[in-house]
Amino acid sequence: MAGNRLKPNRAVALHVAGALLALAAAPAHAHLVETGFGAFYDGLAHVAMTPADLLVVVAIALLAGQRGTQAARWALLALPAAWLLGATIGTRFPSAAALPLLTTLTFAAVGALVVFDAKLRATSVALLAAAAGLVHGFVNGATMLPGGAGTLALAGAVAAVFCLLVIVAAEVTTLRAGWTRIAVRVAGSWIAAAGVLMLGWLARPLLTA
Amino acid sequence: MKSKVIASNCSALRRAASLALAVVPAVALAHEETGQAAGFLAGLVHPVSGLDHVLAMIAVGLWGAVLGLPAIWVLPVAFPLVMAVGGLMGLLGVPLPGVEVGIAVSAIVLGVMVLAEVRPPLWLAAAIVAFFAIFHGHAHGRELPEGTSALLYSLGFVVATGLLHAVGIALGVAHRWALGRQAVRVAGGGVAAAGCFFLWRAIA
Repeated sequence: MAGNRLKPNRAVALHVAGALLALAAAPAHAHLVETGFGAFYDGLAHVAMTPADLLVVVAIALLAGQRGTQAARWALLALPAAWLLGATIGTRFPSAAALPLLTTLTFAAVGALVVFDAKLRATSVALLAAAAGLVHGFVNGATMLPGGAGTLALAGAVAAVFCLLVIVAAEVTTLRAGWTRIAVRVAGSWIAAAGVLMLGWLARPLLTA
Repeated sequence: MKSKVIASNCSALRRAASLALAVVPAVALAHEETGQAAGFLAGLVHPVSGLDHVLAMIAVGLWGAVLGLPAIWVLPVAFPLVMAVGGLMGLLGVPLPGVEVGIAVSAIVLGVMVLAEVRPPLWLAAAIVAFFAIFHGHAHGRELPEGTSALLYSLGFVVATGLLHAVGIALGVAHRWALGRQAVRVAGGGVAAAGCFFLWRAIA
């Protein structure tokens, strides 16, 4: 009887352990893209070839652009700086995981904020950008180092983030026509929807195991 | 004055195009991350491979165009999100009975809405579209080809669905002219008729 009581508890514990593993799962297996132009450009290309990184930068840029010039300026400072900080910390943990659940959650959540045109203050946008930058930067640092990346490659990654953020946020900030603002929200909905589907893909192995 | 307006529209179009390019990432062949381009393209093509899905998506855009602002953007924004929830349910193994029937009925209902130019309150229109989006997401969102990137596949799937809505909206622009209005209604009738065929096939 006591054994029977323990079984469900053990199953719950296994599920919890599985969920926790999922949070810290996906061993770092990313390799650095070799552009042939040196480490800086390899780092730059790494961001360009990592969809989760691209999506979070675009989502932050859309959100910051929606909220106006001041928010965009704050995001411009916060995201690359936090990315660099996160990457620096990440390099200390080269065996750390790729944290796909966390990276997916960040761009999905920011995409959802874009959909709802959330009336956030500039400082809130900056805080969000910093949090997203820390997470994705950490993963960059942790996954790029085993791939042979150095400081220059990380600088390239941060430069890519900065450039993409500047271009998209600046464009969105200047949008005035109604339908263009709607296009931004549609883009946010696509990012959020892709994130929701990705969460399903990540959870699926846990449920089928 | 007119040339200023045209220039402004061209500028807005250019911005929209650059934004769209920024939103569609990493479609280039990455030799390190194999399967990325294949994943995105597979996702992009997947919704187009089923006529029932294509017609229902176009009908969403057409209905949005018939309803006008703000439905014209609420429906295409709501649909991908709720469809993703349907996909999530499918991926998590949450059972949904009568998926094929639901998809067929979605074509019938949305087609009839366009045909009859039904104008319910916005919340009801969004609820109808969202309800059917669950079936479409559940049916199509969980078929990942081997060796492809799940994220890019999902993104491609969502983008293709959004572009089908855009096709519907673009066709629906004709609704502002008398002849175009009739053409849009006929298109809605066509979608509903096709939906009946899909329903018959799903039940038979």
